[in-house]
Amino acid sequence: MAKPMDQYKWHELKVGCVIEEVGNAREYKTGDWRSQKPVHDNTKCTRCSLCWLFCPDSAVYEVKDEYFDTNLDYCKGCGICAKECKPGAITMVEEER
Amino acid sequence: MTIKKGIEVSIAIADAAKLARVEVISAYPITPQTHIVEHLSEIVAQGELEANYINVESEHSAMSACCGASATGARTFTSTSAQGLELMHEILFIASGMRLPIVMATVNRALSSPLSIWGDQSDVMAARDTGWIMLFCENGQECVDTTIMAFKIAEDRRVLLPVMINLDGFSLSHVIEPIILPTQEDVDTFLPSYNPAYTLHPDKPVTMGAYAMPELYTEAKFAQETAIRNSKVVIDEVLEDFGKRFGRPYKAVETYNNDDSDFAFIALGSICENIKTSIDDMKSEGKKAGLVQLRLFRPFPDDDFLKAIHGKRRLAIMERAMPGGATYGPLFNEIAALIHTHGLNIATENYICGLGGRDVQPEEFKNVFASPQKGKNITVIGVRE
Repeated sequence: MAKPMDQYKWHELKVGCVIEEVGNAREYKTGDWRSQKPVHDNTKCTRCSLCWLFCPDSAVYEVKDEYFDTNLDYCKGCGICAKECKPGAITMVEEER
Repeated sequence: MTIKKGIEVSIAIADAAKLARVEVISAYPITPQTHIVEHLSEIVAQGELEANYINVESEHSAMSACCGASATGARTFTSTSAQGLELMHEILFIASGMRLPIVMATVNRALSSPLSIWGDQSDVMAARDTGWIMLFCENGQECVDTTIMAFKIAEDRRVLLPVMINLDGFSLSHVIEPIILPTQEDVDTFLPSYNPAYTLHPDKPVTMGAYAMPELYTEAKFAQETAIRNSKVVIDEVLEDFGKRFGRPYKAVETYNNDDSDFAFIALGSICENIKTSIDDMKSEGKKAGLVQLRLFRPFPDDDFLKAIHGKRRLAIMERAMPGGATYGPLFNEIAALIHTHGLNIATENYICGLGGRDVQPEEFKNVFASPQKGKNITVIGVRE
């Protein structure tokens, strides 16, 4: 969208709330519902990639030639990555904002 | 050359949809609506209409398919009744919220339970606040004309809202009436092809039906509410234009014998013909009763209605639906609210009649006129006590 949601007046919306800009979902960061966030401990990580595989939101990404990290713009804090991580390299910690 | 010929009203509505050159029909059969979509499916199967007829497994899917079709820019039609309308219920809001100009003929029928296939208006009354424009028909000719007009209203860029044509089950849908079907040429001139504001098309992708956070939902719904309130102007224009072209003028609020009577019946749909018959009978006995008939129910035609009840001292609001625990029936509540907010001093009485296909005889309207019901909330006509 051309400007943040809370700045639109009713008559500025397109009919039926159509959004004309292509790929506009990219501007909507869905990670702000989170109450916990994953923290990666690379000293324990074996780079097995299970966290990357299991993340239901594809928020885990592989840092090139290194370990894994989480894109907190989209991570909902579900904790599946921590649950699946066999060596216990991922810890869920309380989100503080 | 148009001729008046005897035709079943349901078949005539299907023919009207064909004359409107609908492009997508998706429907699920339910009595008493079945003949409309059955006939349309025949028309499409025989290659008489270039349209896609989408068979579905339920009304929920029928309305969903209509939303998708309308979003691609196709002129879309469907029809349902009773439980079918209620099964569509959540999608009705989506059609109006996404501003999709779908046209639906709702053949009004009683809701189960107890199971009834017969006519009353409890189905549409349960769906009255879904954001659809709602028109009520009195006879077969009106059903045909309203079907054609509905597309013109719905597709107007100033409107872009779905339109529901309401007709009473059996007492309209299954009767054979003398009806004039307009020529294709005249309909084509009146109703140009649909030119949508936005379409789902890969060449120019847009997002439809997106998520609205609390910061935006109020503005979105306010925009939609403004659209349906403003649609009244277009509805009046279309009714007038149709009248000029086809010689059958219609108004959002019609009156009958209303000028010099201080009493009026208020009603919707085919029951208005019965009321007119009673009014004529009473007239011959020197009794003055008027009728204010709401052809348009959503948006509620406040100004026209207030003009029509000007100078009245007593109104009998006739409804074909039970209030379901409300103090009064849905039509009464709106009228009482209008009378109250405009500071009018008019006695109002609420009568429930014609439920589940029960006929209301002229004698019963005369009784309403003769004996005002004071101090009652609703009076149910003809209930055996």
